Amino acid sequence: MKANEQYCTFSLAGLHFGIPVEQVQEVIRPQDMTPVPLAPSVISGLINLRGQIVTAMDLRRRLGLPARPADKPPMNIVVRNDDSALSFLVDAIGDVIEVTAETFEEPPDTLTGEARELILGAHKLDGRLLLVLDTARTMALQPA
Amino acid sequence: MNEIDEVVGEFLVESYENLDLLDRDLLLLEGDPRSATTLASVFRTIHTIKGTCGFLGFAKLESVTHVGENLLSKLRDGVFVLDATITNELLAMVDVVRGILGQIETTGEEGDGDYSALVGRLAALAEGQPLAALDEGQPLAGPAEDQPVAAPAEDQPVAPAEDQPPAAPARGQRRGGATKGRARTPAGAVPAGAGAGPTPVPDTVTPADDDGEPAAAALPRLGELLVSVGAVSPDDIRTVLTAQAEGDPRRVGELLVDRGAATQAEVGLALRAQLAEAATVPDSRSNRPDSTIRVDVGLLDRLMTLVGELVLARNQVLAHSSTASDRALVAASQRLNQITTELQEGVMKTRMQPIGTIWGKFPRVVRDLSVTCGKQVRIEMQGADTELDKTIIEAIKDPMTHLVRNSVDHGIESPEARTAAGKPAEGRLLLRSFHEGGQVIIEITDDGGGIDGGRVRAKAVERGLLTPEQAERMSDREALNLIFLPGFSTATAVTNVSGRGVGMDVVKTNIERIGGSIDLQSWPGEGTTLRVKIPLTLAIIPALIVRCGGSRYAIPQVNLLELVGLDGDQVATAIESLHGAAVYRLRGQLLPLVYLRSHFGLEPAPEGDGLNIVVLAADGRRFGLVVDGVHDTEEIVVKPLGVHLKGISAFAGATIMGDGRVALILDTLGLAQRAGIVGETRDRALDHATTETTVSAAHDGQVVLLAEAGGSRIAIPLAKVDRLEEFPASAVERAGHREVVQYRGQILPLVRVGPLLSLFGGEPVEPETISVIVYREANRAIGLVVDRIVDIIEQSLTVDALTRAPGMDGSIVVGERVTDLLDVRHVVEAAALDIYDPAEAAP
Repeated sequence: MKANEQYCTFSLAGLHFGIPVEQVQEVIRPQDMTPVPLAPSVISGLINLRGQIVTAMDLRRRLGLPARPADKPPMNIVVRNDDSALSFLVDAIGDVIEVTAETFEEPPDTLTGEARELILGAHKLDGRLLLVLDTARTMALQPA
Repeated sequence: MNEIDEVVGEFLVESYENLDLLDRDLLLLEGDPRSATTLASVFRTIHTIKGTCGFLGFAKLESVTHVGENLLSKLRDGVFVLDATITNELLAMVDVVRGILGQIETTGEEGDGDYSALVGRLAALAEGQPLAALDEGQPLAGPAEDQPVAAPAEDQPVAPAEDQPPAAPARGQRRGGATKGRARTPAGAVPAGAGAGPTPVPDTVTPADDDGEPAAAALPRLGELLVSVGAVSPDDIRTVLTAQAEGDPRRVGELLVDRGAATQAEVGLALRAQLAEAATVPDSRSNRPDSTIRVDVGLLDRLMTLVGELVLARNQVLAHSSTASDRALVAASQRLNQITTELQEGVMKTRMQPIGTIWGKFPRVVRDLSVTCGKQVRIEMQGADTELDKTIIEAIKDPMTHLVRNSVDHGIESPEARTAAGKPAEGRLLLRSFHEGGQVIIEITDDGGGIDGGRVRAKAVERGLLTPEQAERMSDREALNLIFLPGFSTATAVTNVSGRGVGMDVVKTNIERIGGSIDLQSWPGEGTTLRVKIPLTLAIIPALIVRCGGSRYAIPQVNLLELVGLDGDQVATAIESLHGAAVYRLRGQLLPLVYLRSHFGLEPAPEGDGLNIVVLAADGRRFGLVVDGVHDTEEIVVKPLGVHLKGISAFAGATIMGDGRVALILDTLGLAQRAGIVGETRDRALDHATTETTVSAAHDGQVVLLAEAGGSRIAIPLAKVDRLEEFPASAVERAGHREVVQYRGQILPLVRVGPLLSLFGGEPVEPETISVIVYREANRAIGLVVDRIVDIIEQSLTVDALTRAPGMDGSIVVGERVTDLLDVRHVVEAAALDIYDPAEAAP
């Protein structure tokens, strides 16, 4: 872990998450979504990102969190990995914050399930925890 | 693997292109050995390769091209005329060069292949045979090398100077290559007198004499220049050329100086003038590279994406401006509209390539193959400039090559057979390409023996692909298309070229994969035409937009056969169930239905609405896709799906609609496979070709209609069943002693099956509607009235003849129930109907 790292933060079902800013291509407002039948359930659909068709992944589902209320349209965090882009659907976008390695701690053993695989650990911030997501693992999805 | 640096990479790309050109030019030259322009082009190509590889330090490549160049210079100077032997060796050289280039590409090194034999043969050919008589040790080329005036011509790549130093072959020979080569391949090095070797041409005086070749097309020759400046007389030149033709290895300039006909200074001046001329001689081919540049395909793809984006932005602007009152804005958006459209077309064109880029190698393929097969084949091409998208060009390259090889190997007969059949010994293979209705048609026509439908049938039976009965019933055209089945080949002999029975099915699959189709027509004794239809591009395709469960989907037009719309009240009767599978009768044939909603796990559409059936073709089979609604046809830009969705075979990609939303593109084949319409393997491929046969063979027990009549189950061969209808009981009228109904403007006599079979005594209860099986025989229809239509099944039926009874052909077991197989003929006769009597049949 580098000494100082900048995270793009977002919230999901009351939890605070962060992914390294350099992995984020852009953050965009709720988009028209085209659902894809037969797709894995974590795939919410397709969005049109300036002519490029990007798959949108529901992070709540990915992390096994309760479903998002229907009246709250999700924000998109477009992340890029090698050649493919993927949009993470999140509840709300937070600030970009800078953290130091000292505040980081590995997840406790009591964290189990799918989330255990995807959460690298947490930064202990004032009054809250910033959960660090493993972007590559989250993007990679075993074919359903 | 060594990393190939940029210069070498460039060199490879350029050289591959040059080699393709060389292949073509050499074959052109074989047809017209004295064409000065072609010779100059061939020479230039080799010279360029030689020059560059010398510069890059590829010694082997250089040595091979060097001897080739020398041979070519002799040809160009008219010392020999190109013949089959020389062509073979030069083509062999092209192959060797290609091989070495391949080595360089993969390893960065030239490899350790030994090419001395080829070098020797080429050197021997270049020697010019009378020259061979000279002592090898004699320093033939000494003077030329020492002469400073000759130097510019030697290193000038584009200057086909009249005389090239014969030093190189002599050098190669001194290395011992020539003698070795000659020993290995005597045929290639037979002296000219034997006829097989290069033929001396004594009468080449000036280019103007060469077949009337326009002098402007070639460079002015040294002799001409000297004559024109008055330095020498035409007679001097003639004498010198004769001496050369007779084997004097020295160059024209040299000989002239030796004879005292001209001074070294004069020759030097003339050589310089020749070089200057070379720089200005217009040559269509050499101009081409200047007007084109290499562009990375990735960049073009990116441009394409951006243009698609622009189109969407344009659409939005247009939508706003249509309601705007600002005239300037309206005018500007109109201009934007026009420019965008043109830009879109322009960018699409950048991805287009003429089909000639793949045809270019066919003359060579055909030549090599016809030599191997001992045939004479002339290839002709029409419409080589027809343009196709690059991706399509890539996709059809291999199938096309296969088809061409097949035509030469199987299509065109041996010269003897052709002569015996009264045809010219040389076969003709015609490649044609043209646009038709938004598609590109490619035809491969040979004037060979054609395909014999009977032989195809016999083969299919022999291979167990058909039963003899099926084969007999098959039309010739159907039979011909059997060759597209896996494991089929009519070649009597398996050659190393084709005939192993793999191929045509793969060709068909590959062509269908890109949305194309292939059709075959053949006239025994006259030839065969293969017609391949392919879309212009895969990037932008016409598609039908349908609606289902609130989303729009695009269906590629190529898969679309027709649309069927059913009203709400029609649905209940028109859709039948075949053992749980929904079917619709489309002109008498059962069309399996796939409900897109249920396939996608959506709620079924509300009852009572109409039904939209999109009739699609997948792998030769039809099925009906039931969707909520059908919109227009649109041109859509196909975009790939992300990695998470690639595995869903139901989708071929996605596209962005005019309103900026994404729509999925349905993959017809994938859908059909998912729905079980088409097997993963093509094992059922025969079913399509033999639909009629299968059905008419149903009496042996395959497809039967189950119905209930008089409380018992009966089965009727489906083949004879025309339609299933329901009539209100009130529609039944009486004509004489018969019951009839009016049906499609005709009178349909009815037979009540239940009472006829006397299965139950007493009058059956008269329902409000009657179910009628319209049964057709010999163009007359009768209606068999049954209580209920149960099902249509397809299964192997074993008829128990013991149960044969009047009106029954026997009993069969269907779904664990004993069912009587109705003898319709008997039933009809028993009803005293006369549909079998043609005399009375006329209405």
